[in-house]
Amino acid sequence: MEEISVQKACPDACIGERQNSISSGGKNKSAIHCTDDSLAGSVSQRACVFCGARVVLNPVTDAVHLVHGPIGCATYTWDIRGSLSSGSEMYRSSFSTDMKERDVVFGGEKKLVAAIDEIVEKYHPPAIFVYATCVSGMIGDDIIAVSKAASARYGIDVIPVESSGFISGNKVVGYRSAAEALMKLITPKDKGTVEKTRKLNFLGEYNLGGETWLIRNYLAEIGIEVNVAFTGDSTVAALKLAPGACLNIVQCTGSMHWVAVNLEKTFGTPFISVNFFGAGNTAESLRRIAVFYDDPEITRRTEALIAREMDRIQPVLQRYRKKLAGKRAAIYVGGAYKAVAIIRQLKELGMEIVLTGTQTGKKEEYDDISGMLGADAVVIDDANPAELEKFLLEKHVDVMAGGVKERVLAYKLGIGFVDHNHDRKECLAGFEGAVTFAHEVYVTTCSPVWKQLKRTLAPEVC
Amino acid sequence: MAVHTTCLSETIGDDLPNILKQSEIPEGRHVIHVNTPSYQGSHITGFSGMVKAMVSYLAQSDGGEKKDQLNVIPGFVNPGDMREIRRIVTELGVKTIMFPDTSNVLDSPLTSKYEMYPEGGATIAEIRDSANSSATIALGAFASNDAAELLQEKFGVTGIPLKLPIGLKATDDFIMAIKNWFGITVQKSLTLERGQVVDTLIDTHFHYQGKKVAIFGDPDHVIALTELVITMGMVPKYILTGTPGKQFDVEIQKLLKEAGIEGSRVKAEGDLFELHQWIKEEKVDLILGTTYGKYIARAEDIPLVRVGFPILDRAVHPLMPVVGYRGCLRLIEQISNALLERRDRDCLDEDFELVL
Repeated sequence: MEEISVQKACPDACIGERQNSISSGGKNKSAIHCTDDSLAGSVSQRACVFCGARVVLNPVTDAVHLVHGPIGCATYTWDIRGSLSSGSEMYRSSFSTDMKERDVVFGGEKKLVAAIDEIVEKYHPPAIFVYATCVSGMIGDDIIAVSKAASARYGIDVIPVESSGFISGNKVVGYRSAAEALMKLITPKDKGTVEKTRKLNFLGEYNLGGETWLIRNYLAEIGIEVNVAFTGDSTVAALKLAPGACLNIVQCTGSMHWVAVNLEKTFGTPFISVNFFGAGNTAESLRRIAVFYDDPEITRRTEALIAREMDRIQPVLQRYRKKLAGKRAAIYVGGAYKAVAIIRQLKELGMEIVLTGTQTGKKEEYDDISGMLGADAVVIDDANPAELEKFLLEKHVDVMAGGVKERVLAYKLGIGFVDHNHDRKECLAGFEGAVTFAHEVYVTTCSPVWKQLKRTLAPEVC
Repeated sequence: MAVHTTCLSETIGDDLPNILKQSEIPEGRHVIHVNTPSYQGSHITGFSGMVKAMVSYLAQSDGGEKKDQLNVIPGFVNPGDMREIRRIVTELGVKTIMFPDTSNVLDSPLTSKYEMYPEGGATIAEIRDSANSSATIALGAFASNDAAELLQEKFGVTGIPLKLPIGLKATDDFIMAIKNWFGITVQKSLTLERGQVVDTLIDTHFHYQGKKVAIFGDPDHVIALTELVITMGMVPKYILTGTPGKQFDVEIQKLLKEAGIEGSRVKAEGDLFELHQWIKEEKVDLILGTTYGKYIARAEDIPLVRVGFPILDRAVHPLMPVVGYRGCLRLIEQISNALLERRDRDCLDEDFELVL
């Protein structure tokens, strides 16, 4: 195994090659190794490229999401989002070409054409996203040509998403494929233009548990209209109006930073970062948006909303803080923006964060994370279950915030768990969401079930 | 170590047997494999293939006389089911090798100490010794027959194909097969359990008799459940599985014919879209199937009793058996309760009764 020089403060990895992906908190800023393909055999918790593309595009409610591959790819990503819709429920169906051995041998393009024909005839969708999978990519089915021909035939947007799993060991590459598909969808055809408005686009917001609606209401209250969210509760028609916004606010940077940069390049729309998880973050984000609009009335309304909401929720959060202060927490989530938000929220509840990791964080984001944590805390990129298990035990963690794969691990180790995954249906954003989150942390951290773990029938303890 | 292939490795043509042959596998360690591209068959195909691989890679004859022991291949069932099957054969006093066996592995207790390799499951030594057993009971043709046939072909272990022991009759068949093969007497404890099922069927028959049911899921489960609902006097109206295989239709038609039931629809390699269309054409009173049925159940306002794989939206079920007499009691309770809950919910005030 390769010799790796490591700072003494760094906790040990289970696999030598992973040592540089593990760092510690504090201001020492030892550069963490991140954004790379996962190490083969390390049991990464990242999803595949196709899945990455699918989670970004799936909330487009009235589009058909057609998976060109064997049935498994469509089955395992069927309705895996907690995104709610105010209109069409089309996105909650999973369409697949159901490739069989025959198609693998003789090619699947004909089947894809037939599937598109059938979908158009039966459902008349305004757009179809055609996802490439490992198999269709490997046998070389030309989904670009098929999509182009279908677009011409039916006069609708049939957009290929190049998301074959083998193109990368990082689902972020799938985010990019989805982002490219979105750019294709919203760029006006035949040199057309979209008239500019005073509205904003909300990028990297997926309407989990109605979060888009909540923030939309806050913004409406301060006098700002949301043009369209990317992609929570969006429609094809609404997305096509995206170039008309005067501002893009970006929440999930992992999936949408590239889109924001391209929207600025193509349509001249500036962007700012926002984060609506946690009361403090929500207040700051609203103020940042108000500063952009530079309108005294908007500023006045923003301050009024923040003051009212803070007054309302602070006493409730204080009650939870009394129960949770001093408890030790771990975080392992997909995107770094989410980790940063959770760290802040848990700290506001008086908790100590002893472990933080993400699947797709970038270097600057890890610098921010390290800066928020104490020197004893572990910072980790693209962790595997063995590492999580080791640090959860070493750091005597009381509660973990994570995604769907971490739940069972936490429970088996006798640790509380809060779901912050992309398939949840609880609204955790905004001021209301901050209270819901605190409640969920409290319920699992202070549950009476943990007492039962310490009891036993074994004679030596009785 | 068990190796599965994927769509990708199959499409690029990785030659697993050769790769394994060339690998340096340490003495006393084993690597087995099965080809499982998603574009062939269903999850049952892959399951059946891996059980067969256990036999083809691990089973080894001693060359001597067959031992007075039984192999049981339990099929694609929960750890709670495997535990129950184990309990029944233990009650019968027959030395049994059961594989695969997820009991005490997937349902191992939480003791605040994590065990990577819990105590349960079949050992390599046991699976090796399966070649020396006198018979193999294969529960569920789709999941278990291939492995049992290989044991018979390769080592002369008599294969006894049976349905999954879900329901009164299939459980009877399971116990009687063991009784007949080994010439043993069935313990009073099992006779007692059977009697309780019969007693309950009589106490509750008017709750469900004549009701129409749609059944879907994995083929072995669906076949056994069809037999159970016929036993209960219900009418299996729509019977559907997503797994391909002509045998499914043959088995179901046989059951329907014996019961004199006409006008039912049966389909292998079908999907829930189709089932939904059938139900829209003519409604049923109950759906038996997996969590995926909840959309139809809600759309058509029909009660759903969750049974089979996967159940994603309810807990505890992996620990609770549906096989054997105890499992049969549980299914009768669930079916009966589902229908009675409906009645309590929907009936007029004057029909709302304390005793049902």
